[in-house]
Amino acid sequence: MKEIKYRKLRLNNEEETRSLGLEIADALEPGDIVALIGDLGTGKTALTKYIAEGLGIKEEISSPTFTIVKEYKSGRLPLYHFDVYRLGSGEELLDIGAEEMLDGDGACVIEWADIVANVLPADSLIVKLDYGEDMGSRMAELM
Amino acid sequence: MKDGKFLTLGIETSCDETAASVVADGRFMMSNIISSQIDIHTAYGGVVPEIASRKHLECINDVIERALKEADVSVKDIDLIGVTYGPGLVGALLIGVAAAKAMAYAADIPLIGVNHMHGHIAANYLEHHELEPPFMALVVSGGHTEIVNVPSYNSCEKLGGTRDDAAGEAFDKVARVIGLGYPGGPKIDKAAKEGNPEAIAFKRVYLEPGSLDFSFSGLKTQALNYLNSEKQAGREINVNDVAASFQEAVVEVIADKAVDAAVRYDQKRIVMAGGVASNSRLRALISAKASARGIDVLKPSPVLCTDNGAMIASAAYYAYKSGERTDYELDAVPGLEF
Repeated sequence: MKEIKYRKLRLNNEEETRSLGLEIADALEPGDIVALIGDLGTGKTALTKYIAEGLGIKEEISSPTFTIVKEYKSGRLPLYHFDVYRLGSGEELLDIGAEEMLDGDGACVIEWADIVANVLPADSLIVKLDYGEDMGSRMAELM
Repeated sequence: MKDGKFLTLGIETSCDETAASVVADGRFMMSNIISSQIDIHTAYGGVVPEIASRKHLECINDVIERALKEADVSVKDIDLIGVTYGPGLVGALLIGVAAAKAMAYAADIPLIGVNHMHGHIAANYLEHHELEPPFMALVVSGGHTEIVNVPSYNSCEKLGGTRDDAAGEAFDKVARVIGLGYPGGPKIDKAAKEGNPEAIAFKRVYLEPGSLDFSFSGLKTQALNYLNSEKQAGREINVNDVAASFQEAVVEVIADKAVDAAVRYDQKRIVMAGGVASNSRLRALISAKASARGIDVLKPSPVLCTDNGAMIASAAYYAYKSGERTDYELDAVPGLEF
């Protein structure tokens, strides 16, 4: 991954979420993993959409909760978008054949990454998302 | 063939259910075995893929045998095997695909790989024996919310779909946060009957004018915000009212867009499919809105709304009749598009 500044920032609106998504997309290289951690409704799928936009992906990014992972190949890099909400552990992620994607030719964005943290590499970019003080805003912490 | 009927064995293992069915002439169910795994999933609050694959593996042979037995036929009577090859969970899909290929090869029976979503639409051919395309289809389930124009048996044109969460997924997530548990759809449907759909003014999300796409993620966030603000204010939450108001916001948009699509494409029938097609409020609302525009709404019975082998058999039958063939290279495609 290209260098990205670790920091905590407030996302006041959709446009600021988009800026963060585009910034992350620019930093991504093959094999990189973005681990998204945050409750229901904190904007994980929204941020993923903007990362996909930054990668030049043309397809609609919809929630992969049902199939756990969706692949998008129309961008600068293949994007593997995981939602591991239904999984119990990192081992289950490997059981469904995720290893080739985690260690592959594209970038992975993983929603609910805390569930599978034990199988993610130490150099994953962790993005913690939380509710802001008012309804529309969100807090994002990159580490 | 048996008694002059063309027999299709349909196998479905894309998600929760291990299912198999024998269907005569693409229309008449002779058996429909569904090994429901709902008890296992209830314990986890969702579909657990690893357990799902193992469970499919344990069940598959037994389910197929039962489907043949209940139809009172043997493998040599079967003219065609249809199997779901996507979309779904890869480990689950592979088990059905492997079983179907092995059986097709061993007994020298033609094989057809079926798109699960086409199967959901075909479920209606089993319920409504006179139904023929063209029609407008509304496919609503845990993983899908799609409006599909169906001009003929083997063609589908997707006109709109969800941009984020599927309707069933939104039901599951909101049911979880209000403590109703899994499966969210039926639980919300039931609780909503005791609640006031106008208690909370959740915003209807129609997107750009004319769009046939859906977005339920923002509605989920609205529900979460409502629950948080009520909690912070120390007010008791009326679960039934939340369920009813949330459900109304989801089904009203779905019903409006489905009817709009039928009007625009001059279709006189809307055919519902998928698990959420069982939702009683959606069924009532869409029927009311459609009949006001002179459009009929066809609904499969709940057993045909859930994942089943019969719908796969029916879809396979019509693909086969149009000359389609699948070879033994067939593989699971988890992200298969419409």
